[in-house]
Amino acid sequence: MPDAGSTARAMAEVMAGFARTLRAAGVPADHHREQSFLEALARLDAGSERDVYWAGRLTMCASPDDVPRYDRCFAAYFGGRRPHPGRAGMTVTIIRAIASPYGSGEPETGGETTALPATASEAEVLRHRDVAHLTEAERREVHRLLALLRGERERRSSRRFRPSHRGVLDGRRTVREAVRRGGDPARLRLRAHRDRPRRVVMVVDVSGSMTPYADTLLRFAHALVRTEPRATEVFSAGTRLTRITAELRHRDPDTAMRACSAAIPDWSGGTRLGEELKALLRLPDPRGATVVIASDGWERGSADLLGAQMARLSRVAHRVIWVNPHKGDPAYRPLTAGMRAALPYVTDFVAGHSLAAFEQLAALLGGARADA
Amino acid sequence: MLADLLDGHDYLADEGLSTAAYLALRMGRPLFLEGEAGVGKTELAKTLSAVLDAPLIRLQCYEGLDAAQALYDWDFARQLLHLKAAEVAGVTDAAALEGEIYDRRFLVARPLLRALETQPSVLLVDEIDRADDEFEAFLLEVLSDFTISIPELGTIRAQTPPVVVVTSNRTREVHDALKRRCLYHWLEHPGFDREVAILLRRLPGCTERLAADVAEAAARMRRADLVKPPGIAETLDWAAALLTLGATRLDPGLAAASLGALLKYREDQEAVRAEWNGRHA
Repeated sequence: MPDAGSTARAMAEVMAGFARTLRAAGVPADHHREQSFLEALARLDAGSERDVYWAGRLTMCASPDDVPRYDRCFAAYFGGRRPHPGRAGMTVTIIRAIASPYGSGEPETGGETTALPATASEAEVLRHRDVAHLTEAERREVHRLLALLRGERERRSSRRFRPSHRGVLDGRRTVREAVRRGGDPARLRLRAHRDRPRRVVMVVDVSGSMTPYADTLLRFAHALVRTEPRATEVFSAGTRLTRITAELRHRDPDTAMRACSAAIPDWSGGTRLGEELKALLRLPDPRGATVVIASDGWERGSADLLGAQMARLSRVAHRVIWVNPHKGDPAYRPLTAGMRAALPYVTDFVAGHSLAAFEQLAALLGGARADA
Repeated sequence: MLADLLDGHDYLADEGLSTAAYLALRMGRPLFLEGEAGVGKTELAKTLSAVLDAPLIRLQCYEGLDAAQALYDWDFARQLLHLKAAEVAGVTDAAALEGEIYDRRFLVARPLLRALETQPSVLLVDEIDRADDEFEAFLLEVLSDFTISIPELGTIRAQTPPVVVVTSNRTREVHDALKRRCLYHWLEHPGFDREVAILLRRLPGCTERLAADVAEAAARMRRADLVKPPGIAETLDWAAALLTLGATRLDPGLAAASLGALLKYREDQEAVRAEWNGRHA
C-alpha cells in the first residue's frame, strides 16, 4: 500500500489512478462507480489491503468477466501479491483480431466481362444461381439484393398487456372511464396480451468447406440483425464459437463484413460443431428461440457428440432450422456422419445456396411453414 | 462483526460476501448478487432478514412482470362497488368521485411498495434476469431514491430504505445503469473447507467423514464438464438424502441410489456413474 493515503485528497488521487487503470483494462470503472468506491472505503479500513481490494471489487465490477481483470489491475497497481485467486473457466468466447483478408480462398476472376442481368428473366435466373459459382458482378448484385431483404420474425405472445377491443377486463381503464362519466361503469375497457418477435439465434459455419457460402450467409445474418436488432444473435462456428452480433450491427453491410472478418479467429479451419453447440447451450440465447444452423455438416469432431447436443438443442429451442448449401443440388443426399446424426432433431432442413433459397429461409423465420 | 451474526444464523459467509453485506447495510445500497444457481444468493437475503429481525419481502421475477404486479395496483372491484354506491347516493361530481376512488384504502400494495412501507424490511428481488428490461427501468427508479410516485395519489417515500438484495443467475445481462446503483458481488461455489463446514452446520448428525466425502465428490463434479454442476443447495440435499439412508460415509451403492438429489440431468448422471464405475473397476 502506498503511504500517500494520509490525507483524503491524496487517497482520492491514488484511487482515481486505480480507476483509470481499471478502465484501461475494460472494467466499467466510471465516475459514478469511483464515487461509490471512495464511499465504501470510508466505511472500511483504507489502510488494509484486503479492505481496499473488496471495496474496489464490489463497486467497480459488473460481471464475472470483470473479476479476473480487476484482480490483475489490483496486483499491478498496488504492487502487492494477488489477494484472491483468479477464477477458472467461465469465459466462453475469446475474440481475437487477426488480419485475414475477407473472403480469402475465393478464386478471383481477373478479366471480368459478364454484365449484370439486364432483363427480368435474367434476374430471375440469378435468383436461383448457386452463389458459389457467380462472377464478381453477379455476386455484387446478389449482395445488393440481400441487403434489401427483410428478416421479419414470427410473433409470439408476451406476458405484457396492451389496450384492445377484445380480451379481458382492464380494471384500471374501466374505473378511470367510469369516473369521467360521473360514476357509471357502463363502458368496459379490455386488454389483451401484446406480442413480440420470436428471437432467432443463427450459427454460421465458417470452416474451410463452407468458404464459398460463408460470406453470403453472413450477409443474410446481417439482414436479420438489421431488421430485428433486439431479437437476433449470430455466432460463427469453426473450431470455436464466437459471438458476432455486435459486428453485424453496423448498418453498412460491407463495414459489418469487415468487422466480422476481423472478429472471427478461425476462418477456413475445421468444424467441431458438437463442441460448439455444447458451448451455445451453456448460454441463455437458444432457450425458446428459433435456432438456425448454417453448415454442410462436415463434422471433424465426434458425430455422437453432435447428435447428443442436437437432441438437447431440440428440447431447448422453439424450432431448429438447418441450412445446408448443398441441399440445393437435387443429387445431394445427407450422407456425412455429422449430418446424419443431426437430422433427426431438425425441424426444417433447407437449402441455402441461392438468393431464392435465402428468401424462402426468411419466409420460414417469418412464420411460414416449409413445404416438405 | 456481520460475518459472526450471519454465522449465528447458520449462514457461513466468506470474507467477500460478508464485506459486501456490511457495505450494503452501511451505505444503504442494494446488493447485486450474481452466481450460478444454488450458491446461496437467496439464502443470504433470508439470513439477513433473520439477523436484522426484519420481515423478508420477496419479489420473484418472471418475463412480463409489470408495474401492476411489482409496485401497486388499484382494487378495481372495490372501486366499482364504491362508484355504484355513490351513484345510488346521487353523487355525480367527477372531481369528488375521483378523490374518493383514488384513495390509499383502494390501493393494493405489491412487493416493492410494501417494502417501502414496511420498516425495517429486507427486500429480495429474486432472479431479475428472468424479468425483461422494461421492468429493470422502473426497478431502477424505485431503487435510486426509494420512492414510488402514484399519479392519482402522490409520492410514497420510505423513511428508512429497505435492505435490498437483487439476485441474478446471469441467463441474461442486466443493464449497467441498474448494476451501477448496486454493490456487485459474484458468488462462487464454496471451497472444500467451507463446504464441509456448511454441511456439518446445516445437517445435525452428519459425520465429518460423510461431509468430506460429499464435498470432495461435488468439487470433482464441478470440475467435470457437466450440463449443470451441483451448487451448495444440491450438495446439502444430497448429503441429507444420504443421511436419511443411514450413510456415515460415501458408500458407492447409496451414492448411486441418491444421485437424483444432486444431478438433475440424465446426461450428467450417466457421465458421473461412468466415471465412478471406471474408478471402482
